Amino acid sequence: MSRLAPYTAVVSARYRNLLQYRAAAFAGFVTQLFWGSIRLMILAAFYAAAEGPQPMNMVEVVAYVWLGQALLGMLPWNTDADFKEQVTSGAVAYDLLRPLDLYGYWYARTLAFRTATTTLRAVPMVVFAMLLLPAFGLAEWALPVPSVTGLIGFLAAITAAALLSTAITVLAHISMLWTLSGEGVDRILPSFVTILSGMIVPLPLFPDWMQPFLSWQPFRGLCDVPYRIYSGNIPITEAANEIAFTLAWTVVIVWFGRFLLSRGVRRLVVQGG
Amino acid sequence: MVDTMALLGRYFGVSIRAQLQYRASFLLNATGQFVNSGIEFVGLWALFDRFGHLAGWTFAEVAFFYGVVNCTFAIADALTTGFDRFGSHYVKTGDFDRLLLRPRPAALQLAGHEFALRRVGRLLQGMIVLAWATSALDIPWDAARVALLTLTVTGGIAFFVGLMVLQATLCFWTTESLEIMNVLTYGGVETAQYPLSIYHVAFRRVFTFVVPLACIGYFPVVAVLGVDDPLGTGRVFQALAPLAGVAFLGLSLVVWSVGVRRYTSTGS
Repeated sequence: MSRLAPYTAVVSARYRNLLQYRAAAFAGFVTQLFWGSIRLMILAAFYAAAEGPQPMNMVEVVAYVWLGQALLGMLPWNTDADFKEQVTSGAVAYDLLRPLDLYGYWYARTLAFRTATTTLRAVPMVVFAMLLLPAFGLAEWALPVPSVTGLIGFLAAITAAALLSTAITVLAHISMLWTLSGEGVDRILPSFVTILSGMIVPLPLFPDWMQPFLSWQPFRGLCDVPYRIYSGNIPITEAANEIAFTLAWTVVIVWFGRFLLSRGVRRLVVQGG
Repeated sequence: MVDTMALLGRYFGVSIRAQLQYRASFLLNATGQFVNSGIEFVGLWALFDRFGHLAGWTFAEVAFFYGVVNCTFAIADALTTGFDRFGSHYVKTGDFDRLLLRPRPAALQLAGHEFALRRVGRLLQGMIVLAWATSALDIPWDAARVALLTLTVTGGIAFFVGLMVLQATLCFWTTESLEIMNVLTYGGVETAQYPLSIYHVAFRRVFTFVVPLACIGYFPVVAVLGVDDPLGTGRVFQALAPLAGVAFLGLSLVVWSVGVRRYTSTGS
């Protein structure tokens, strides 16, 4: 346990730091509430004209959209500005001196960055979408209450999603050792992540001929897998396989990140002066 | 007035030359903008591929709505970097004092802060979609349609610039830029990419009478497309609606001047 202690300390320190920004969290809540409403109205209008059964029913779509808005911050769509600052200022050199595994240290930091603000934003969103919407008489638009097995499967899948998301973000951080600015990844990442995770359109609604490709790419583990386990669209009997799929991609990306980092550190030129 | 426009032209000229010094950064940003807004269109395509139509609207018609609002917003966005960064760059630092000392309107100088060339990515993407939709729909481009589309885009630019002016005005009270206005800017673009008729009646009212987004998108575009509005508005109203965007900008500038009078320097 004591060997893990420095990493857990890093996570908790970053959490306390990031949870200071409450006004920003409120603004984010309002934005995501609006965004979710617009997306739901668009999808409902499409569904109203649907002929025959669809790969997801409307209740499952509603769950998908609200969970996506609640957990938006967990997607690996940006990089940590503090980290960027470290690379450009040369302060990253201090990290090399720490008596810790460098990848592990960065992973712990990034895990906190990815999840701290998300927890702050997700709770009011879920309370609103699950409890308040029915109270306003908008029960058909409300986040459905999951079954017990659905909830357990979801919690496991979302944990795997957080680990995968962190691994992807760390990879983006490591790429800054080469690019320095991080501007490139910050511009390109969001596009891939939002469309391939299911954030823009739930993945099962894409054309059937694209499904074989969509079901094998890693970004699916970020949204599509947990949200569909929540609503039961992925039956609980298949949940374990799907979570294993997410974790397998996580291992691949962590391995690749470690490989790149060892190369990067060898040729690292520290900025500054 | 001529003098003012010439000054703005010079501000933009300097800004463009400065940005072209960083060619790689410019290309990367513009490409990013192009891909980011293009990805949204892929989502739109996927939904039409599965469902065929959206409450009676065809893919090409919705693509036309999409193209108009994205072109409009791209131009407005390029003109308003100064307002967007007003809180962090001017109020928090006290730099706004310098603008107030110069013998030109502060709003003009802020507009001249930067002409953001990178927005060309979204503009290009919107224009490609618009060109495709136009050819798919076989729109006869008579003088009336060209005039109305020009008025729509002009009104739309005024509307989005007005939103950014309001966002900057808020900084006089909050000091820090608030992302809350993103609901109306980026959220407005998202909303206006689809025909207004599909939204809940409460949303329709807000986006017509409070924040006149539909007046610079949905209503005039229906007239350009030459289809009947399922919401039952007439052609005269549709053609005059974009003027609401100009009125919105006028009102925003009034609120801005109230804010400027209230401004006290942070003094750091």
